[in-house]
Amino acid sequence: MIARRIAIAVAILALIAVPYAITEAYYVNIASQILLYAIFALGLNILVGYAGLVSLGHAGLFGVASYAVASLLVLGYGHTVAILAALVIGLLFTAGFAALSLRATGISFIMITLALGEILWGLAYRWISLTNGDNGVNVSTRPMPFGIALTSAPAFYDMTLIVFVLAVAATAIFVRSPFGAALAGTRDQPRRMNALGFHVWMIRFGAFMFSGLLTAVAGILFVYYNKFISPQTLALPASAEALLMVISGGAGTLLGPIVGAALVVIIKNVVSAYVVRWNFMLGAIFVAIVVFMPEGIVPGVARLSRSAWRAMSGAKKIVQVVEPKP
Amino acid sequence: MTFWLLLTVNSVTFGGLLFLLSAGFSLIFGLMRIPNLTHGSMFMVGAYLGTTFFSGALGFTLNFWLGAILTALEVAVLGALMERLLLRRLAGQQLAQVLVTLGVSFMVADLCLMAWGGDPISVETPPGLGGFIRIGTAAAPLYRLAIIGIAVVFAIALWLMLERTRLGAMIRAGVDDPQMARVVGIRVSQLFTIVFGLGAGLAGFAGVIGSPILSVYPGLDQDMLPLALVVVILGGTGSLLGSFVGSIIVGFIYNFGQALVPELAYFILFLPMVLVLVLRPQGLFGGQVL
Repeated sequence: MIARRIAIAVAILALIAVPYAITEAYYVNIASQILLYAIFALGLNILVGYAGLVSLGHAGLFGVASYAVASLLVLGYGHTVAILAALVIGLLFTAGFAALSLRATGISFIMITLALGEILWGLAYRWISLTNGDNGVNVSTRPMPFGIALTSAPAFYDMTLIVFVLAVAATAIFVRSPFGAALAGTRDQPRRMNALGFHVWMIRFGAFMFSGLLTAVAGILFVYYNKFISPQTLALPASAEALLMVISGGAGTLLGPIVGAALVVIIKNVVSAYVVRWNFMLGAIFVAIVVFMPEGIVPGVARLSRSAWRAMSGAKKIVQVVEPKP
Repeated sequence: MTFWLLLTVNSVTFGGLLFLLSAGFSLIFGLMRIPNLTHGSMFMVGAYLGTTFFSGALGFTLNFWLGAILTALEVAVLGALMERLLLRRLAGQQLAQVLVTLGVSFMVADLCLMAWGGDPISVETPPGLGGFIRIGTAAAPLYRLAIIGIAVVFAIALWLMLERTRLGAMIRAGVDDPQMARVVGIRVSQLFTIVFGLGAGLAGFAGVIGSPILSVYPGLDQDMLPLALVVVILGGTGSLLGSFVGSIIVGFIYNFGQALVPELAYFILFLPMVLVLVLRPQGLFGGQVL
């Protein structure tokens, strides 16, 4: 327990030190990107990892929050109004998504969320009078919380880091709460949970709303980071990218989506500097991870290090008894 | 009057194309229980391969119909290979299979962009079908009517194949109850490959014959895949009749929506899907709940 607390403290200190260690604005910006996508991935992981519901429409929810901020700013509202309204709008859309998609689970859930995400993309792309279509919407300023300007890369990084730490803490509390345990129950044994008197649909709905909240927060950070939003942000590849972050890092773990976000953002930026074919890489990594490392990096590495530890300490090999699946 | 008539012809034409696309999608879903997210890619690859055959870039120019059939065969082989080499490795893991098809669809889209460039390629209507037929005061393009005819022929052929042949009976058995079908000695995994190839081939064929109307451009796959999804959710999975009716409905909504409320056409398209999901989750003609 103490070791864990020390590890967390060290991690936070290391994250605070990032803008001082790497002074170049370009790399600080990449660090900000990693953090904001990590929030997105944490949100998606609530559904994918803990609820066992794979969503392929989350970029739509992410983009709705971004568009809400951008459009309200264009209409002349202040940052506070825009951010709060974007959170509300994001949650409303999430509720709509959840109400429609939670009629199903498994593969059908994927199809419905995919279709819903495509609707939002289609609206952003074709409803030109509202969204300016393919040209996108520009955001010229960043907010100034407590009078602190966020224009420089390190300042924006610090802001993102604060939100990120809050998001991780909220996710950790959520997952360890009785509600989180009930959610995992609905993932593993929905019928048994139902028989025990849990309202399975309600639990899933609550998880979806929390997931949507984190997604909206990430979307708001994104639009301020990028200062621009276009339909591309809502398209299917964006949803797939987020899902890749969750799955590559390890779904159903707290650390997994964060590692996955770092991996995807770094590969995307490094690879884009050399080749134009990011979508090809995205697809290839996707296929490779699903075929060769379906459990993800964090559980994979944890398993390897455990067995390495055991081998080094000379303990007897524990023979695991695996019950045959019904 | 002319306007409405033309719009109706266009709607039925588009519905016919969608049927060719979604019949395979629906059968694959019915049999393997996964949405094949490369289906839009198969459509686009077919369309692009067609343009290459017709442009003479290979040193010869193929007749339109010959090119369409050749393309369909090629795409069918591609689909069968994908099923054998990738999906088979993940047998029984539906989620992993869906994700693999998603990954492959991105790779295909990027490869097409690399091979054929980013500019839209327009395809001429095949010779002899460039004219019009007069219906009263209106003139309906001959090629669109031909597409409707082709779709109807394919619908009947597929129906006969499913209802009257041994292979069709095995596929129906696999759709209804894969485990029981295995028990009575049907090699269901072999059916997977056949149906996957058949579906891919149909999608590729639809891509070629659709190319004179839609033209061929990057992102065509992403435009078509959601349409196939909507058709299958509307009509129900694994049902040929469902795909047919669903395709016609979607064809009408899409074309009328685009003519009357162009900005919201995409949105209106999904409304019936939402209604069906709420009121009749198994689809209009589907046996099993999605």
